[in-house]
Amino acid sequence: MAALMLSEAEWQAILISLRVAGVAVGWILVPGVALAWLMARREFRGKALLDGVLHLPLVLPPVVVGYLLLLSLGRQGWLGQWLDQWFGVTLPFTWQGAAVAGGVMAFPLLVRAVRLSLEAVDVKLEAAASTLGAGRWRVFFTITLPLAFPGLLTGGVLAFARALSEFGATITFAANIPGETRTLPLALYTLIQTPGAEAAAARLCVLSIVIAMLSLLASEWLARHARRRLSERDG
Amino acid sequence: MSSITPTHDLHPQRRDDLQLTVDKRQGGFRLEASLTLPASGVTALFGPSGSGKTSLLRLIAGLDRPDSGSIRLGHETLTDTRRRRFVPPHRRRLGVVFQEARLFPHYRVRGNLAYGMRGTARARLDDIVELLGIGHLLERFPATLSGGEARRVAIGRALLSEPRLLLMDEPLTGLDGARKQELLDYIARLARDIDIPIVYVSHETDELIAIADHLVLLEQGRVLAHGPLDDLLTRFELTDQLGGFDAASLITATVDGHEPHYALTRLRLPDGQPLTIPIVDAAPGSRLRVRIPVREVALALDEPGATSYRNRLHATVEEIGPPQPGRAAVELRLRLGEQVLRARLTRKSLDEMGLTTGTSVVALVRSVSFDTRRG
Repeated sequence: MAALMLSEAEWQAILISLRVAGVAVGWILVPGVALAWLMARREFRGKALLDGVLHLPLVLPPVVVGYLLLLSLGRQGWLGQWLDQWFGVTLPFTWQGAAVAGGVMAFPLLVRAVRLSLEAVDVKLEAAASTLGAGRWRVFFTITLPLAFPGLLTGGVLAFARALSEFGATITFAANIPGETRTLPLALYTLIQTPGAEAAAARLCVLSIVIAMLSLLASEWLARHARRRLSERDG
Repeated sequence: MSSITPTHDLHPQRRDDLQLTVDKRQGGFRLEASLTLPASGVTALFGPSGSGKTSLLRLIAGLDRPDSGSIRLGHETLTDTRRRRFVPPHRRRLGVVFQEARLFPHYRVRGNLAYGMRGTARARLDDIVELLGIGHLLERFPATLSGGEARRVAIGRALLSEPRLLLMDEPLTGLDGARKQELLDYIARLARDIDIPIVYVSHETDELIAIADHLVLLEQGRVLAHGPLDDLLTRFELTDQLGGFDAASLITATVDGHEPHYALTRLRLPDGQPLTIPIVDAAPGSRLRVRIPVREVALALDEPGATSYRNRLHATVEEIGPPQPGRAAVELRLRLGEQVLRARLTRKSLDEMGLTTGTSVVALVRSVSFDTRRG
């Protein structure tokens, strides 16, 4: 399908976008589910505050998030210094950094969706499992998580889409480096800034729409599949 | 079968008795109980809704913690607030059958049964599946089961975890009459065939009389009385709690023979007196427990002539219950050899017949209904 006639730069942008979004969802999955469980199942002091902090990336201008990431994870940042010193890891201006930015922006969406689906899981079933000898972890992996799976799927897809379309935090923290951090939105932005590149910009625009549609369809298919599996069980 | 009315369990303390002393507040409700439950047979936690039965069961299962108190099973401390000890539910090895079955919707029946199954229980899977009649359901998902089927699977699932004690929280709730009787029969059979003590929460006198050996009577978070069922059933002051108008006596008898053309079965009481009941499928010589509702017993001073009362039992008045203001009826306890039969008549009849303690009477029994259990 070279007939798609995508230029190398376009392919590069697509691949970087998919990789950045995939890694972004990958790294927030475990902490996201853990936090969602905490919010759904536990009462503790400062819960409202934590809830607020969790939602910050949704309401803050993305540039602010990117700047905060730069301050903390940059080479001079308190966390960045430590990462550099102990692991030789540098995040700013790398595609991994873009994945961090995308993950942070997508985090609230994932937590929200998973939390809602965890709250819908009947705690009575969890109690029943514990009387059958299942410890907390076994209850979580055999009862809670499977029953919350559709929500996890929705949350994952939402987060993926969010990371894919991330712009402000990414360009602030990871910059716009061709072949490294230039994702689709950044590539499109670059073309818009370039005189005479209207046609190329339009192509990327169409491409973005196609990818968005494809991921929506995929998530719809997955959700229907999961629902069918559950409803089969519901008779 | 003892005849006196003890306030405490007569059974000697056994090694694996369940001893508890708990105090728990929940909103405006307070549960305060101190009990020893026997390590065998069926113990019913009985009382109206809101009396604290389910709260007590949840404390035993470890699903809740008491504000203060301790729970011990044999020598093992499950909960002790003073020593800050609390064994979580999954380490207690107590099976729980909840009111709503609580099957896992994403596992088939087989998966539900296997969920808590211990390796050593694998060999018993087939027996338990057969006992509960759930063999044809193994590949189905819970949502496709009827209420009665789901309860049976839940019972099987709990049994396969090889519990030291089986806790059942009103397992018949929401079932219609026929299903209820069917499941009650399964549970009664279970209690007989499987040597696991059962704690059974209920607010239905029928269920209680059908399967309980011991009884804990709860009211507003307090223990009103506890002890062997037969003893508590003969106590006048508990009549209101134990069925009121429908109160009954339990009598043990031996099958003497059948009269199939009349659809009757002849029984013999331990003191030799005959008792005829609607036909039951039991071999001559087997022991049965029959339930004689108090309101079905009439009294006469002498053997009457021809009456439609088939059963005439010679007995002695042992105790006459206290007259209750505003009530026409008074309760009597009659001695029938080793057993006790309760009767109810109006105070007026009592005076006219001149009945006092020690008077010989003939108890006329109109109908006898059965206990599901064999004696």
